[in-house]
Amino acid sequence: MALKQIEGSHGVAEAVALCRPEVICAYPISPQTHIVEGLGEMVKAGDLRAEFINVESEFAAMSVAIGASAAGARTYTATASQGLLFMVEAVYNASGLGLPIVMTVANRAIGAPINIWNDHSDTMSQRDCGWLQLFAETNQEALDLHIQAFKIAEELSLPVMVCMDGFILTHAYERLDVPDQERVDNFLPPFEPRQVLDPVAPLSIGAMVGPEAYTEVRYLAHLKQRRALDLIPRVAAEFKAMFGRDAGGLIRPYRLEGARTAVVALGSVLGTIKDTVDQLRDAGHAIGVLGITSFRPFPLEAVRYALRDVERVIVVEKCFAVGVGGILAINLRLALDGTGQPVRTLVAGLGGRAITMGSLARAFERAMADQLEAMTFLDLDEALVERVLERERLVRRSGPAAEAILREVGTVAAKIA
Amino acid sequence: MFQVRIHGRGGQGVVTGAEMLSIAAFLEGKHAQAFPSFGSERTGAPVVAFCRIDTKEIRLREPIMAPDAIIIQDPTLLHQVDVFQGLKADGYVLINSAKSFTDLGIDEVSVRLRPERQVCVPATEIALKHLGRPLPNAVLLGAFAGLAGEISLPSVVSAIRDKFTGKVAEGNIAAATAACEQVRAQLAACQPVKEPRADQHQEAR
Repeated sequence: MALKQIEGSHGVAEAVALCRPEVICAYPISPQTHIVEGLGEMVKAGDLRAEFINVESEFAAMSVAIGASAAGARTYTATASQGLLFMVEAVYNASGLGLPIVMTVANRAIGAPINIWNDHSDTMSQRDCGWLQLFAETNQEALDLHIQAFKIAEELSLPVMVCMDGFILTHAYERLDVPDQERVDNFLPPFEPRQVLDPVAPLSIGAMVGPEAYTEVRYLAHLKQRRALDLIPRVAAEFKAMFGRDAGGLIRPYRLEGARTAVVALGSVLGTIKDTVDQLRDAGHAIGVLGITSFRPFPLEAVRYALRDVERVIVVEKCFAVGVGGILAINLRLALDGTGQPVRTLVAGLGGRAITMGSLARAFERAMADQLEAMTFLDLDEALVERVLERERLVRRSGPAAEAILREVGTVAAKIA
Repeated sequence: MFQVRIHGRGGQGVVTGAEMLSIAAFLEGKHAQAFPSFGSERTGAPVVAFCRIDTKEIRLREPIMAPDAIIIQDPTLLHQVDVFQGLKADGYVLINSAKSFTDLGIDEVSVRLRPERQVCVPATEIALKHLGRPLPNAVLLGAFAGLAGEISLPSVVSAIRDKFTGKVAEGNIAAATAACEQVRAQLAACQPVKEPRADQHQEAR
């Protein structure tokens, strides 16, 4: 083990290399690029024996990953945002075929309007695609989750997405504990595929399935994901026994003892939330946090049990379902079905907007006084939106909305946050 | 927690400067978190990078809005960007300039700060002399070691070696060392009032 002060992306590249992938294929897109660049350098320098395949698009990246995994190779790729959307058809095929590919998604907003900054719109758009989705809270956890992800994927024969906040984690320099090769080898045995394309024993993968069996195939996929709810904590426990630290698992409670209000979230914003909750606890508020590590499968029972004593739940989420509301919140309501515990959605950090302790604390205080609406957009400039709407009422050809809002906002170079 | 905000322009190594600062703090056994302002980085555009230093794990991910120190790599930003936003009353300011605070037209900032916590150093000129290129980032970290004492010059030197090799590393180290000495000399000429280091870690959380 070695402590290093390195960029999150390079930490993930080192972790993936320690897992001895045999095929790496990816197409560059911010904020994921540094990860596969790092792996590419290792392959070129001869430090990592893997086939690094340059492809012409994300659709090709996932297609190559499918072929490589079906041929029995431990396969890795990474993407973000539009890149994930571009590969969607193949993403569904990877899970439908039961191929244990591991993919990092460096979470980023999706367009239009084009935006390169962080939120969770990309992976949330794929929440129902059949892949497991694990969210990292810190760069250390991102590193650790990749090592666990290969084990979970290969055990289940299902693909796993490791979701880490783009820029906020991928581009942050932090202290990272990089495990040694021997321990990773002990933790993660060589890939023993459940299905493999082999000229010696020919078979076909990807048969057309009609109404007579489609339901059963799909149900099996659901069953396997629900079974992952047992496997994920087991792998996290094995990881702790081997490496001595907590990483992964289904959920992570923080100061929930005696809490009347719980804040639920995914990813790196949990750090800022925990600092905010510490401050509110010091001020006498009974508030705690529940971090969700495994979003798919969603740990309905574990969440329900962890929140059994709280009176209300605030879900902080970095994306939302347009026309409905919070996505994580919908999952929370399912977990809390029948309990009567109100769930409030706080949409924050869209397209990279800074999530500050100050704004969170004000929203949490309102929620604790039962004054927070069912769905609230943190730091939304309502007057600005009203001005744009007013213009649309007055002028038929009011022009593109994003450009109108940008004109209203004016120059941003003078602002820090 | 000690929080540093670095302002500069795309191409001046602002992000690399924050990263090296975090490496220097790491080498002293501290926790450090460096991150950029995540703009689409273009040469010449205003860029901000941040570095937090603490004795315990850093969980906070918001931008640094109340810095303990501000490093300005390009003085042309002074009247374009609100570079001093949120600076603490006992904070440090380090500006890459051969001019004084008065000549830069920022006396109103200067009077709010302790005299021994503000300094201008001609980092670009020092970089040109020792490195042959106008890259002020590592030079300013050397100057920062001389100004604030939050990190030592040997740690800055090691951080430069971590990021660069060969002639680039040695040139940056020579420039950083020269800048550190120059700042120390300027401060000694001013008034050598140094606060105990524990003071810098006081932070309401």
